[in-house]
Amino acid sequence: MREELYPQGLEVVTVALDTLGLKATLPFIEAANPTHPSLIDEGHLLDELFGFVNVPSGVWLDEQGMIVRPPEPAPTPRDARRSKVEVPRLIPEEAKTYIEEMTVEVKKMVEVGKIRNDSEKYFRAVRDWVSNGSNSRFALSPEEVLNRSRPRPVEEAVGAAHFELGQYLYRQGKTDLAVAHFREAHRLQPDNWTYRRQAWSMANVIQGPTDLYESDWLKDIRKSGAENYYPALDMD
Amino acid sequence: MILESLEITHSELKNRTGWDIKPQGACKGEVCIPLPSSVTTADGLIDLPKLAEKLNMPLIQDEAAGLWCLGPESGGKALTTAVAPDFELPDWQGKTFRLSSLLGKKVLLVVWASW
Repeated sequence: MREELYPQGLEVVTVALDTLGLKATLPFIEAANPTHPSLIDEGHLLDELFGFVNVPSGVWLDEQGMIVRPPEPAPTPRDARRSKVEVPRLIPEEAKTYIEEMTVEVKKMVEVGKIRNDSEKYFRAVRDWVSNGSNSRFALSPEEVLNRSRPRPVEEAVGAAHFELGQYLYRQGKTDLAVAHFREAHRLQPDNWTYRRQAWSMANVIQGPTDLYESDWLKDIRKSGAENYYPALDMD
Repeated sequence: MILESLEITHSELKNRTGWDIKPQGACKGEVCIPLPSSVTTADGLIDLPKLAEKLNMPLIQDEAAGLWCLGPESGGKALTTAVAPDFELPDWQGKTFRLSSLLGKKVLLVVWASW
């Protein structure tokens, strides 16, 4: 997609929201061998600046640096799935049952369409915007961008501060202190998958149950409903 | 924004939060919020508790770690303006990238993660 649209004036910028930085992301990036800017955001700065709460998500910017679509799901094209990437991971023996259960569950959710993947719709809209610029029906006015932006009541802002402190302390090796802040961030932003999955993954690589958090990926997705994992694209 | 002190420079604030202290107040994009003069200390630094109160930004403390954290502004939307924040991040080869380097092009900014 990038190679197709770059000559027409589009640049793709990918940003890894990953507290563990290159240590966690390098195998994926090397496998992708990017020709576009491929950035590392160890501090989840963009969560805070734009209001991202899940991945993959995208934002569109015009030539003047104006946001013309705020954060929304940016479904990965099927041929670019990272499942092809072999990443060495140490999976504990006791986690194998959880993985089997998770694999079956995810497959089931995708098959029945509960986890959405509107990648074709999304990339049709990107192409339309690249061709037609501000005349594209997918390019939103500044007012509509702000209307669609995620509300940030005070508890969300406090949650963001706790998440940032948690990451900082985790990188300092102060795990006990970090976990307390992650838990508070999860409590204050209960629908933020980014905050939860990042913290879970550092306690358990497959985001399964641990003693540190009440929830895990499978438990939470069952609780909230897989159909709510990604909101529907508002692109009709 | 992680802090060991409650007084910071204007550039530290702008780099991390996007808020720029100008004569008319704290500004981000076309939004400017007037500030009392007491927000600036005699040394020209920003008094964070006073600024945080004016911008509705939480300022939380971890006493055990001896740290503070200034959270984002609240009470509105995550985006206070449609002007994209001009952030700076390293690329995977360690080179610094600034978003404004792509002015003049359309940009599709996509976030992902390994987890």
